[in-house]
Amino acid sequence: MRRRAGRAGKYLGLCCYLVFLGFPLLWLVSVSLKGERELASIHPRLIPRHFVWDNYRVALVDQGLARSALNSLQTALGATIIVVLIAVPAAYALTRLRSAVRTGTTVWILLSQVFPTILIIIPVFLILKDLHLLNSLGGLTLVYVVWTLPFALWMVMGYLRNLPRELEEAAAVDGAGRLRIIVSVVLPLLAPGVVAAAMFTFISAWNEFFFALVLIQDSDKRTISLTLANYVGAEGLIRLGPLAAGAVLATIPSLVFFAFLQRRLTSGLLAGAVKG
Amino acid sequence: MSQQTAVRGSVAAASGPQRSPRRRLRAAGPELLLLLPAAIPVLLLSVYPLLRGVYLGFTDAKAGYDVQTTFVGFDQFGRLLHNSLFWDSFRIGLIWTFSVTILQFFAALGLALLLNENLRLRWLARTLALIPWAMPPVIVAIMWKLLLDPTVGSLNESIRLLHLGTGTLNLLGAPGSALPTVILIGVWVGMPQTTVTLLAGLQAIPRNLHEAAAVDGAGVWSRFRHVTLPQLMPVIAAITSLDFIWNFNSFGLVYVLTAGGPGGSTLLPMLFAYHEAFGYGNFGYAAAMADVMVILVMLVMLAYLPSRLRSRT
Repeated sequence: MRRRAGRAGKYLGLCCYLVFLGFPLLWLVSVSLKGERELASIHPRLIPRHFVWDNYRVALVDQGLARSALNSLQTALGATIIVVLIAVPAAYALTRLRSAVRTGTTVWILLSQVFPTILIIIPVFLILKDLHLLNSLGGLTLVYVVWTLPFALWMVMGYLRNLPRELEEAAAVDGAGRLRIIVSVVLPLLAPGVVAAAMFTFISAWNEFFFALVLIQDSDKRTISLTLANYVGAEGLIRLGPLAAGAVLATIPSLVFFAFLQRRLTSGLLAGAVKG
Repeated sequence: MSQQTAVRGSVAAASGPQRSPRRRLRAAGPELLLLLPAAIPVLLLSVYPLLRGVYLGFTDAKAGYDVQTTFVGFDQFGRLLHNSLFWDSFRIGLIWTFSVTILQFFAALGLALLLNENLRLRWLARTLALIPWAMPPVIVAIMWKLLLDPTVGSLNESIRLLHLGTGTLNLLGAPGSALPTVILIGVWVGMPQTTVTLLAGLQAIPRNLHEAAAVDGAGVWSRFRHVTLPQLMPVIAAITSLDFIWNFNSFGLVYVLTAGGPGGSTLLPMLFAYHEAFGYGNFGYAAAMADVMVILVMLVMLAYLPSRLRSRT
């Protein structure tokens, strides 16, 4: 009897969590499917009386959302490619080096997680201004590279440490050169780790807001977060339907990547946290 | 992991003396070359800004062209000391950070324990727990604004339907309720990541520990206290300190939700410093605020982490 009551209690708890986590999402989708008439009604309902898909069309065409989505895609992809290109060799070198460089890197990885971005953003703003990279997507991409690199490096290093060194030694005994070992032994084994780090970089850059807010001024260079935030002005919410539709659309890329990434991200975090 | 590498390191060190130092240096050559592409942007846009950011707090730097910057020592900090607006904001930041981190932890622990049981609908909860984590903070803010909006939101209509009141609440617009509401939304955002991490920690606890305790007659609560909690401690320490730092540094969510209003009731230190730097152009003053924030985060971490990590053994 008591056991059954306990089980019912657990289900009740789970349901509360489901509502808390899920209801806001349902509401967002619901608003994105409502027509203007229905949004003006004073008795809003969760399930729209009429499903209207026009908000999605308006969001894509009218509000410059497509343009900012392209900007976001450009910076996120650019950052991802650069991070992979520089993080993999660096991680390899760092796991093979036992020196002050490695200690220094570890300290930097930790510090870069602790320091408030506000401290870094002012000098970064000044530096980019000197380099004439302010208000440019290229400059923003560079900032994202440096900003996501610590965690990406951490992830790739975690994977590298788990690779048995004997494999490399065996290849060396078989007469393979250094480069050959890296290309045909290390890299294929490292692929899952690199994919995970790449996805992490993409999502972080796609979702980022603060750096973009400070570094980008022109409206045609805005990223998707900036454009959407701009519609939530001081004057309150305007054009709710298209805003909600845009919000739903902007979530999709990171959601898709995240579905793949989640398992690896946690195990990476744990490997660093527990055993590190 | 570190043990493994440490062992490997000491073995290598023992065999080290056979090689001449010069050869070792040459062997490290290509590795340093591999580091170079990462090192240049990091030095330029992370290490140098970090140091310069700390230094700027001791100058009178301002935005604009041809502005001379001079070293002013602790002047900015002296000014900060008498800036009651900043300390108000600091207080709000501490309330926000501690409340979100603590509530997040308990909510996440509850959900993780439920997900660790063999319940139906578990897959749904797991999936839902991923979405807030993946969403851009700006979108989360927009979504909650739509939900809590006095006219188009569902909150007031629900209140009316349940006959709990007149349904004219404007939670984000009233000074008294804005901060608690923002905190609740902060919990919603950060809970999933904490849940998934704690769940992974729970699943790593060896089953036979629980079985042994059960054989010894330990009930559910005592098994939780004496088996689960001690085993989970390292994970708890890691994730709560990360949460603390992330929450303290969070910006986008509150910026879009309330922009610090109404009447400064949700003006987190990050927002305050942002306005100071990029609204008024007082770079030096804003950097001094950031310095104070860094010191605070470090103090909390120093007070918290060693004790947590010690209780592990």
